[in-house]
Amino acid sequence: MIADGVEDEEKWLSAGIAGLQQNAFYMHRALDSNNLKDALKYSAQMLSELRTSRLSPHKYYELYMRAFDELRKLELFFKEETSRGCSIVELYELVQHAGNILPRLYLLCTVGSVYIKSKEAPAKDVLKDLVEMCRGIQHPLRGLFLRSYLSQVSRDKLPDIGSEYEGDADTVMDAVEFVLQNFTEMNKLWVRMQHQGPNREKEKREKERSELRDLVGKNLHVLSQIEGVDLEMYKKIVLPRVLEQVVNCKDELAQYYLMDCIIQVFPDEYHLQTLETLLNACPQLQPSVDVKTVLARLMERLSNYAASGAEVKAFAKLNNAIGKVIEAQDNMPIAGVVTLYASLLTFTLQVHPDRLDYIDQILGACVKKLSGKEKLDDRQATKQIVALLSAPLEKYKDIDTALKLSNYPRVMEYLNARTNKEMANVIIQNIMKNKTCISTAEKVDALFELIKGLIRDLDEDLHDELDEEDFKEEQNSVARLIQMLHSDDPEEMSKIIHTVRKHILTGGRQRLPFTVPPLIFSSLKLVRRLEGQDESVSGNDASTTPKKIFQIVTQIIESLSSIPVPELALGLYLQCAEAANDCDLEPVAYEFFTQAYILYEEEITDSKSQVTCIHLIIGTLQRMHVFGVENRDALTHKATGYSAKLLKKPDQCRAVYACSHLFWLDEHDRIRDGERVLLCLKRALRIANAVQQMANATRGSGGSVVLFIEILNKYLYFYEKGVSQITVESIQDLIELIRSEMNGENAPSDPAADAFLASTLRYIQFQKEKRWCSGGEI
Amino acid sequence: MVLVLALGDLHIPHRAPDLPAKFKSMLVPGKIQHVICTGNLCAKEVHDYLKTVCPDLHITRGEYDEEPRYPETKTLTIGQFKLGVCHGHQVIPWGDLDSLAMLQRQLDVDILVTGHTHQFTAYKHEAGVVINPGSATGAFSSITYDVNPSFVLMDIDGLRVVVYVYELIDGEVKVDKIDFKKTTTATA
Repeated sequence: MIADGVEDEEKWLSAGIAGLQQNAFYMHRALDSNNLKDALKYSAQMLSELRTSRLSPHKYYELYMRAFDELRKLELFFKEETSRGCSIVELYELVQHAGNILPRLYLLCTVGSVYIKSKEAPAKDVLKDLVEMCRGIQHPLRGLFLRSYLSQVSRDKLPDIGSEYEGDADTVMDAVEFVLQNFTEMNKLWVRMQHQGPNREKEKREKERSELRDLVGKNLHVLSQIEGVDLEMYKKIVLPRVLEQVVNCKDELAQYYLMDCIIQVFPDEYHLQTLETLLNACPQLQPSVDVKTVLARLMERLSNYAASGAEVKAFAKLNNAIGKVIEAQDNMPIAGVVTLYASLLTFTLQVHPDRLDYIDQILGACVKKLSGKEKLDDRQATKQIVALLSAPLEKYKDIDTALKLSNYPRVMEYLNARTNKEMANVIIQNIMKNKTCISTAEKVDALFELIKGLIRDLDEDLHDELDEEDFKEEQNSVARLIQMLHSDDPEEMSKIIHTVRKHILTGGRQRLPFTVPPLIFSSLKLVRRLEGQDESVSGNDASTTPKKIFQIVTQIIESLSSIPVPELALGLYLQCAEAANDCDLEPVAYEFFTQAYILYEEEITDSKSQVTCIHLIIGTLQRMHVFGVENRDALTHKATGYSAKLLKKPDQCRAVYACSHLFWLDEHDRIRDGERVLLCLKRALRIANAVQQMANATRGSGGSVVLFIEILNKYLYFYEKGVSQITVESIQDLIELIRSEMNGENAPSDPAADAFLASTLRYIQFQKEKRWCSGGEI
Repeated sequence: MVLVLALGDLHIPHRAPDLPAKFKSMLVPGKIQHVICTGNLCAKEVHDYLKTVCPDLHITRGEYDEEPRYPETKTLTIGQFKLGVCHGHQVIPWGDLDSLAMLQRQLDVDILVTGHTHQFTAYKHEAGVVINPGSATGAFSSITYDVNPSFVLMDIDGLRVVVYVYELIDGEVKVDKIDFKKTTTATA
């Protein structure tokens, strides 16, 4: 059916065009032969085609445009006629003999245009006459196009100031009056259009009606172009009259479009000076009108105006108007309310960036609207709140400013746990992106309160929904944030550390492994800054010392014990031990080692973890210079003991030979115990032997000849260092041993071992040559 | 000509929030053929990021890496060169050239890349090179004070490798270059 409808319409349009063209043809002929009578006859017949009510606005427009072009030619002809001596007044009378009203009025408008140009009568009289006569067409579509034609032909003939048609004093009033009247009538026709035809086609009709909106809006554009419409006249006459029509028409489509049109066509300065009048209209619009978009556009214009350098003082008025609109549209969804405030906030940020009190006031108004309600769950509304809360961050690029807004955290209170987290992420990203440093404990406290959605569980159920990957990502971003909390003042930095600790301890066992390490490293960085500072000099009990930092650091690492993540904690203790070493704090360093050892003995059970931990223990201990003989002995003794007790023999062997480095330090004269170096290496050899025997017993399984070569390298290492206990013979014996093992009948082929031995022997050769060159011997 | 990126000890997010923006803007996808990472990334996001720089990614495990699939050591051959990678916390004393040289002999490689000390170093040692690209984020280290972010780019061409080290000093990227020519082929 619809398809038929469209086809029919095409048919009607073509018929209309054909009729129009045919009459236009005769009209042209008449024009060419200066036959006025025929010209009028055919032009009236041609215009009769516009009387159709079968066409949709779109098609009607097509027909109208063709007629319009023909009328231009006719107008030209009329003009020539008058110059040939025909009286324009007579012509004006003559065209009124056309039989039908619609063609008559089109012809009248056309002659009217020439009439005004001839100046035989004042423009205002002709215009008034025409605009009144057009009332004769009450069919909305035909009326709209007729009046649009009138508007078109009269545009350049208004008795505006400075125009050649300007008559006596105050005729600009007549111009304004004419346009306003035409506008009012057109709007009425436009509004009435919706009631034409069956109810079931209402939606289609509204769409068609929307296509015609520019015909109506054009009048407002004409008004804005009239020179004589100065601010005074706009304020006293134009705006009140237009708004009166807008409000009274009670039509959603017209109200929304015309409000927007007013905002777009008139100058910023006018809006600023008539803001109250314009805003007062807003609460009077139909409840279904999208006022928030209208206001957002207005505020956008005003802020652009302010950006161009104008002084725009509009906050109070806008704020007030928004309050009233929200009151008037009491069923406005919360999302709409927040959107309105978000646009006001955008306006304020742009126009009054220095007025934090305004910003806070807007947030306060939101809080008021949200209070007494449950946490927000509406997706649209939460999206808008996130936009609202993000705007100040984006503007100031500095969380500091947001932290000054007392209502900021209060708005966040109304977010559900999910949105609270989302907002917390926005805040962190903002800090990271702008590299904002948060430099006081007080701000850190406020910040953590703000992002508590990430710091602790606000809603148990929510956590279950979150997959592990997302949770990790979130907590990693908190870890990143912790590194942005920094003060150059050690006292303040110490306070920051205490504050962060307080907050992260509420995070529970799942979060601590993420949040503890960055805080420890922040603390160790502070210790390093304090390093070398003489504690007796600073004297003051309250002042920050490495010792005090180590105390809190110990407590923080201890909080990991309940989780447990012993490998992480052990690594951190060793980091601290080395930091204490650098501060020359032997008891503190010893305590950290003791803690690490306790963890190793009691908690580290996985054999692979044990190997890593042993490497870290030996590696760290090797670097410690703070220990006296007794403490050092105790710690190295245990480390060697752990090494020899690793689960897998090759791991034992490697750890034990690594321990040899605990007894010989190049840079320390007092740690050069060749005997014990040799003991370690011999012990490693025994283990390697045991591995080899086991391998021989279970034929074919991989041997340990690589271990021998590794130990050989250690022999060479200490030989080069000048450890007298390592002799050339012992090295040669070891090489012999390795060769016989590799050439033994059970020895499996092992290219890796072959290569290792070959490069080791090359190295020996290389060292020999070097020594020989410098006069030494091997 | 093959470009190999070597980096490590990022410690994200334990000790640094992210790679320096200046580095990130240099490491555009499509220019680098292999990435060698000595370990301690530590977040999975870092792994994913490196994959975007170049899908051919070789990582060894640092003591803070939770990913169990990273091996302790790894060797690979690029052109005429054999490369070995290891984080380095296993090699005691840490950062000690003679001890690293032993690992180089054990892995039988021309170029050994290790980390852990957060200190950029490159030594020609016997017939090979021992490189530590430093910490790509300039992360705190108990071994090295005042760490500058750094990474290494190796341009391998035939028997020649040019090692470029990029270091971020006071917000400016400084580039240094070390030339190395392989003279003897490794053992058969």
